Amino acid sequence: MAKNYFKTSIETPNDLKPKEETINFILNYSKALSVIKSDKVKFELVLN
Amino acid sequence: MQYELITDATLVSCYIKGDESALEVLIKRHKQKVYSFIYSKVYDKDVAEDIFQDTFIKVIRTLKKGNYNEEGKFLPWVMRISHNLVIDFFRKSNRMPKFDNTGEFSIFSVLSDTSLNAENSIIKEQVEFDVRRLVDELPEDQKEVLLMRIYDDLSFKEISDKTGVSINTALGRMRYALINLRKIIDKHNIVLTN
Repeated sequence: MAKNYFKTSIETPNDLKPKEETINFILNYSKALSVIKSDKVKFELVLN
Repeated sequence: MQYELITDATLVSCYIKGDESALEVLIKRHKQKVYSFIYSKVYDKDVAEDIFQDTFIKVIRTLKKGNYNEEGKFLPWVMRISHNLVIDFFRKSNRMPKFDNTGEFSIFSVLSDTSLNAENSIIKEQVEFDVRRLVDELPEDQKEVLLMRIYDDLSFKEISDKTGVSINTALGRMRYALINLRKIIDKHNIVLTN
């Protein structure tokens, strides 16, 4: 059966950006996370 | 340092060595592309925000664990992570994106009608009719097993009892029935999808 395709009416806004607080959360998470490597295992440590 | 002029690969390398500000540059450099990509799939700002956050948490953990290899490029790698997380999101919520173009909550996004519309039910009927005709083309012994298994929902043990053949024979007939059906479908280019 033939499939008909229609142009979507949904428009993606041009100025899409994540919130500043999300970016800050990610950066703080990165600063808080340390990975400790032992012989065979890697431990993740998140400091508050 | 003039971070704007530094390549992604160098920034990644600096970050792995402990320079936290390199990550900030990488995120600021690519945040719009990554976020827009996620939003274009989920059409929900809050969900896009969550997936964006999870993407970079995964990036950070991979980089800090030393599991990142610089075979590909940084941005395509991040996009692939976000793409996988979008798929996970749809798997978990078990639905496809729905949108009403207003940005407001719509009750119809959670109350969906799962019954087929008129066109799809006609297509379904046609497909089922075609399948029945194909099954009729099968040799009698294979057809018998297939009908009992698929339409009567009998187990192979029950089929074996009813037909007086061993379970292995019943399994073999089912297997050949499916192989033959596929052959007929391929040979005649029959499309059995809705």
